[in-house]
Amino acid sequence: MSALRLVLRAPPEQRLDLSPLTPDRLVGLGTATIERLAVGTTRAAVHVGDVFAVHDGDPATLVIEGGSERFDRVGEGMRAGALRLEGEAGMRTGRALAGGHLAITGNVGPFAASGMTDGHMEIGGDAGAFLGGPLAGERAGMRGGIVVVRGRVGERAADRMRRGLIVVVGDAQRYAGSNMIAGTLIVCGQADETLGTLMRRGTIVLGRPCLLAPTFVRAGDADPVFRRLLARAVAPLCAEAAMLAMAAAHRFNGDMAAIGKGEVLMPS
Amino acid sequence: MPDITRNGVLIEDTFAEAFDMRATALVITAPSPRWARQAAVTATGFATSIIGCGVEAGIDATLDPEATPDGRPGVRVLLCAGSTGELQKQLLARVAQCVLTSPGSACYAGLDGAESLKLGDGLRYFGDGWQISKRIGGRHIWRIPVMDGEFVCEGTTGLTKGAVGGGNLILMGGTAEATLAAAEAAADAIAGVADAIAPFPGGIARSGSKVGSKYKALPASTNDAYCPTLRGVARSSALGEDTKAVLEIVIDGLTPEAVAGAMRAGLLAAIALGPERGASRIGAGNYGGKLGKHHFHLVELLS
Repeated sequence: MSALRLVLRAPPEQRLDLSPLTPDRLVGLGTATIERLAVGTTRAAVHVGDVFAVHDGDPATLVIEGGSERFDRVGEGMRAGALRLEGEAGMRTGRALAGGHLAITGNVGPFAASGMTDGHMEIGGDAGAFLGGPLAGERAGMRGGIVVVRGRVGERAADRMRRGLIVVVGDAQRYAGSNMIAGTLIVCGQADETLGTLMRRGTIVLGRPCLLAPTFVRAGDADPVFRRLLARAVAPLCAEAAMLAMAAAHRFNGDMAAIGKGEVLMPS
Repeated sequence: MPDITRNGVLIEDTFAEAFDMRATALVITAPSPRWARQAAVTATGFATSIIGCGVEAGIDATLDPEATPDGRPGVRVLLCAGSTGELQKQLLARVAQCVLTSPGSACYAGLDGAESLKLGDGLRYFGDGWQISKRIGGRHIWRIPVMDGEFVCEGTTGLTKGAVGGGNLILMGGTAEATLAAAEAAADAIAGVADAIAPFPGGIARSGSKVGSKYKALPASTNDAYCPTLRGVARSSALGEDTKAVLEIVIDGLTPEAVAGAMRAGLLAAIALGPERGASRIGAGNYGGKLGKHHFHLVELLS
């Protein structure tokens, strides 16, 4: 059976909450029921059928054709199946993702993959601030799963990340890996000296050398066995990141302003 | 079923009696095949019999870099014990003392199982707080700082309660040299069988034992029925006039099928030598079938 397709009719006139549209939540719903699902965020009611033309198919594979930076909470809380959005998405994309495969071909807004616990998320464009980070008041950000960003990431990517893997093919803006609790962040592009601010544990792999804060101390070279394991795990996701992981790297421990058990691996 | 003869070698109509065991497997890797093997040999040393060693262990296979988690040369070892508690104790002690200490080594689970045993989860404390926990590629590993870098060790390894210990072949020959040649051929063949090990030195035991002893402190003592020098005095010698030496191969495996496959491979290799260059007679040890639930009949293995 082919995928369930939602084709965008016209750009939305308000921000939309698309969290009801995940494969696991649509199982067993007919086309008419799906069209009546509320996705508006203002007093003006908006339903799926108002925004999308619904083409019947297997909801385990959901394709949304057409995106908008007003599409918030795409794939939020998704637990299984595959969701592909062809276009842009707004904030909280893949928030609390717990399983399945979520792919966004364009850019996404802030707090993508926030609180994610499992699954695989692929972002074809750039990601906004706090990728994999916590919402206000939360103690930890991403807690598992894999995120690959083909473009750049905004400030504080992987903030308070506890577990999982984030691969950024492009550059990272300021404070990438800030407050990291654990997990792994790979930045193939450029980062800056705010990298890893107050990180406690965790691993940051850099594709290009960058100045680090003085609270990071040189600690020999990265162990080859760990690098091999990381490269093998990353190879199916991003060849460039896998090459970085395999390459010899200097190791810096930090942030010594916190407990200093994090590490930054930088090309030698 | 009567005894049969294959290539001039008499195969007794008897069976090996084997027992359920707990077992696990490890994959040990290192920068070179030499050091992977060294770590494996050390970890599986003094592990011939649970009677005196607590665990029976051996090398199951040499692994190409493509077959190991970190892409380095590796060796898979099996460890079998009578209880989960003893297996856990031996596993941690051996990896801590023999693998962790070996230059460049890393250690991974070599078996998937519904139940697991602590591996790195028990060894991580050696890192004295500097150890790092990572989940990579579906594995939970510990990175423990050591003097040549890091010891990478998977958190747990699988446990099977369906392993079998005590498969065996008793090789009897007209000379000590020919008997040893048959045993070597059988041990070499068994080494190529997956999921099975022959834990005695080089896979061969010269001191087969019987249960009990005239001395109360001993749980086992020499198998006088198979000692050529006791043929005239032992109460029930199993040896004929033409037998001058006896060697035994004991086999443990992760499954009954693995043990049967190893016994078959050993039998065929010994038979291929013939009675002049190898064993003239092949038997197996059992306790009348009352103690172990696995019975491997030699004639059936060849049919």
